Amino acid sequence: MTQNRFNRTTTLNQQEPDRGTKTAMRIIVPLQGVVQGRGGLVLGSIIPCALFYFFQLYLKRKNRNPSPPSSPDGLLSSLELSGSGLSRSQSRTHLSPRASSGPAYVSSRANSIEKSSDSPYYVGLEKVLDDPFDSVRNPDGVIQLGLAENKLSLDLLQVWIKESVKSSMMGAGGDLNISRIATYQPFDGLTELKVAVAGFMSEVMGNSVSFNPSQIVLTAGATPAIEILSFCLADTGNAFLVPSPYYPGFDRDIKWRTGVKLIPVPCRSADNFGLSLNALDRAFNQAKKRGLKVRGVLVSNPSNPVGNLLNRETLYSLLDFAREKNIHIICDEIFAGSTYGDEEFVSMAEILETEDIDRNRVHILYGLSKDLSLPGFRVGVIYSYNEKVLAAAKRLTRFSSISLPTQRLLISMLSDSRSIREFLETSKERLQKMYTLFVEGLKKLGIECTRSSGGFYCWADMSGLIRSYSEKGELELWDKLLNIAKINVTPGSSCHCIEPGWFRCCFTTLTEDDIPVVLERIWKVAETCKSRS
Amino acid sequence: MELISNSNSNNQQLLSRIATNGGHGEDSPYFDGWKAYDNDPFNYTENPKGVIQMGLAENQLSFDLIEDWMKTHPRASICTTEGVTEFKDIALFQDYHGLPAFRNAVAKFMGKTRGGKVVFDPDHIVMSGGATGAAETITFCLADPGEAFLVPTPYYPAFDRDLKWRTGIQLLPVVCESSNNFNITITALEAAYENARKANIRVKGLLLNNPSNPLGTVVDRETLRNIVTFINKNNIHLICDEIYAATVFSQPNFVSIAEIIEEENVICNRDLIHILYSLSKDMGFPGFRVGIIYSYNKNVVNCARKMSSFGLVSTQTQHLIASMLSDDEFIDSFISESSRRLAKRHKILTNGLSQLGIGSLKSNAGLFFWMDLRRLLKEPTYEAEMTLWRMIIKDVKLNVSPGSSFHCTEPGWFRVCFANMNDETMEVALRRIKVFMKKQMMRRSNLRLSFSSRRFEECAMTPRMMGSPHSPLVMTPHSPLVHAS
Repeated sequence: MTQNRFNRTTTLNQQEPDRGTKTAMRIIVPLQGVVQGRGGLVLGSIIPCALFYFFQLYLKRKNRNPSPPSSPDGLLSSLELSGSGLSRSQSRTHLSPRASSGPAYVSSRANSIEKSSDSPYYVGLEKVLDDPFDSVRNPDGVIQLGLAENKLSLDLLQVWIKESVKSSMMGAGGDLNISRIATYQPFDGLTELKVAVAGFMSEVMGNSVSFNPSQIVLTAGATPAIEILSFCLADTGNAFLVPSPYYPGFDRDIKWRTGVKLIPVPCRSADNFGLSLNALDRAFNQAKKRGLKVRGVLVSNPSNPVGNLLNRETLYSLLDFAREKNIHIICDEIFAGSTYGDEEFVSMAEILETEDIDRNRVHILYGLSKDLSLPGFRVGVIYSYNEKVLAAAKRLTRFSSISLPTQRLLISMLSDSRSIREFLETSKERLQKMYTLFVEGLKKLGIECTRSSGGFYCWADMSGLIRSYSEKGELELWDKLLNIAKINVTPGSSCHCIEPGWFRCCFTTLTEDDIPVVLERIWKVAETCKSRS
Repeated sequence: MELISNSNSNNQQLLSRIATNGGHGEDSPYFDGWKAYDNDPFNYTENPKGVIQMGLAENQLSFDLIEDWMKTHPRASICTTEGVTEFKDIALFQDYHGLPAFRNAVAKFMGKTRGGKVVFDPDHIVMSGGATGAAETITFCLADPGEAFLVPTPYYPAFDRDLKWRTGIQLLPVVCESSNNFNITITALEAAYENARKANIRVKGLLLNNPSNPLGTVVDRETLRNIVTFINKNNIHLICDEIYAATVFSQPNFVSIAEIIEEENVICNRDLIHILYSLSKDMGFPGFRVGIIYSYNKNVVNCARKMSSFGLVSTQTQHLIASMLSDDEFIDSFISESSRRLAKRHKILTNGLSQLGIGSLKSNAGLFFWMDLRRLLKEPTYEAEMTLWRMIIKDVKLNVSPGSSFHCTEPGWFRVCFANMNDETMEVALRRIKVFMKKQMMRRSNLRLSFSSRRFEECAMTPRMMGSPHSPLVMTPHSPLVHAS
């Protein structure tokens, strides 16, 4: 299989043949026509080739200098694939003294990951791992407010599982009590687990909708769930629209190996960061003009980081929008069971149940990491109304299948409806309480948060504390908070927020006693910021 | 809420290429074997005439040992009264480095299964979603779309799907032949590399499966050294899939690539060396999904670790395995007992077959052997192989895997798995083959009256493994796949 010399050095070109060739053709064809009339065959081939070559160089250079992840216009991000020809300078492999003929060339994906590790989101997480706070053993450690772990209701889980064990739903070796199977296990999960998960999801959404187990594909965590769905719905070089600010993990989970782009659709504080259909429409049209094919819209409900809920009207409008543009809707409802406050949570599934609409374009994501505090067990859910998507996703779960003992354990746990109900209720109460405490505490420091109704975060406006109203100012404050106050919060720029000064703070890793500690640390930094300005 | 099975073209356009192309490999005709089994699965008591599954490479011979250990070590499980105190910490842990105890235990186990000759560093161990996930992840880390890995044939069919589907790379065969017992030669390696060069395809690595699936053989030291020289010379990666390392049941011993690169006279850039591993075969854990990538290249470790988010091992499983693999006494006795049982099963089957005049490649590892049915082919073509295979499924009611699905360049070889059934089932399988061979011999002796093919009868009577004279082979263009292992 012969390949064009140019194509070999630029991976971008391989992935976007339509776009590159189309533009190139527009230049070459008229040029060739002109040149061949006079200069003949030689000029007629050299000039277009030269132009094509320089065009490739331009594209390559454009992608070599990507904009930082925070740019609001972020069509390119630091995770964009660089040309494989760069591996020579970028691979930091140390050569053993008995080296061979050169450094080991890895893939461009491997090279690109070097850069993204410098983003604040990941730096902060690393810092906590190195020096984690513990009220007794390490009171000066870094307090984790950047990772959504729910520690508020772990004691309930412990009780729940103890009872399951006692009532001998499992016994010694129970999680290994697998009958000798001569056939392979379905990679997308045991049917009994799907049934149990469907029931659980129903319970989580307040029993206002029932989920069909045969529309479920189970994956080893929500991370592969979103990646698998992306592989199914879009080709390399296509794009999803995502209202911003959004969960920083999407950048890696969706874009990295699939080559799918994310186009942020900014939401504004003036709208309480609510989703605007107009903005979506504008973004879609802009993308189209740039030659980007949008394959879907990705929304989170409750949203991360803001914690907003999508109301019925918005959900209907989204469906209309998707139908009009013939694209997919991916609805990440992973925090559905972690709502608090007065607003009612409405799942996309509920909307689809009531109306007779085109369901083929709707896919819901879920998992047990948040609502059930079981991130270690790796359970993610793809819930789709599209038979073909389900079939394709099923096949892809061979790379990300849930461990069998864990499946057995969960089948037991999730069949206990009474415990589920109790757990969810208490969990919500505690979330509400902790949220209120934390937000009020911040308010006393002069830091306002948006009103949120779900999730593990508060979205805090610290723009009053930053020196220059810019991303740079925001990152300076972030640095102070991390290294002086020793709390890891997520800066809004990592979430692609276009307004500087917003920070995402997770409150579920804290106990009530920790809150004053956190507030005091923030206050100290806040004072130094204020005294300077 | 019903599922809409919408057949309009609008629906089709909504999906990606990966979702709609044949990269999953399930459309190949070889699925027939699995379908036949699924429709009519053998059960000793309830369905004694059903199809016996001999196409699945799973190790179920020593599962009882594991179960016994579980019963006597309830703390290893977080679902028992003794172990449940750890539940919440385990459930919450989501660091992609993995539980330290898990990594340490795996490193130790890997050292043990290589005869204690090598020491593995737990910091270089990365998790993945089963061996399947490990193979795909290492590919994502090392190669870009359009680039290629060389793979010696015959090879595990699912590599075609696992390594190519989402990554976009190609697999180029390095041809191995029965004339030298399918050993990998430098000539073959260089020929394959040269072909790639001519076709302007950039080769990024060589994928080596040692012990080999489907051959069941181990690669000898000399060949390993030659391979290391080859990859260093060309500056390409060496990915060693050593998933069957602990299934070696007789001489010669298994030599890991880890051992070779420690040798004094071997010059090697370690950044090019990567090992794939899993506990699915050695320990026989069905569905635990424990895949391991061990790389000497820090960059690759770093990249693979971040990719492991797409297929982390459940912490519940990590915890269980950490306990089990740290029990030195148990592990030592397990490995030796498991080998003993595999050796026994292998011997019964291969002896039984050779008494019927069916030879196989001499092997000492794996959960299968490479059976030689070339003389039963009407003609040395893939069509004849397929005809024979269909006959075996339909008449003998055994699902064995045809060599063409492993990209074997010589028709007539079949992979037979022996570790996924109990003794009674194996006896039934042998009996059926006996009956089939008798019929074949009778048919041929009838034919002899009209044809003068004395040769056939000779072959059928002697247990030697003969190389039958082949006419130029007809290569089929497609690469058919067998489902699962």
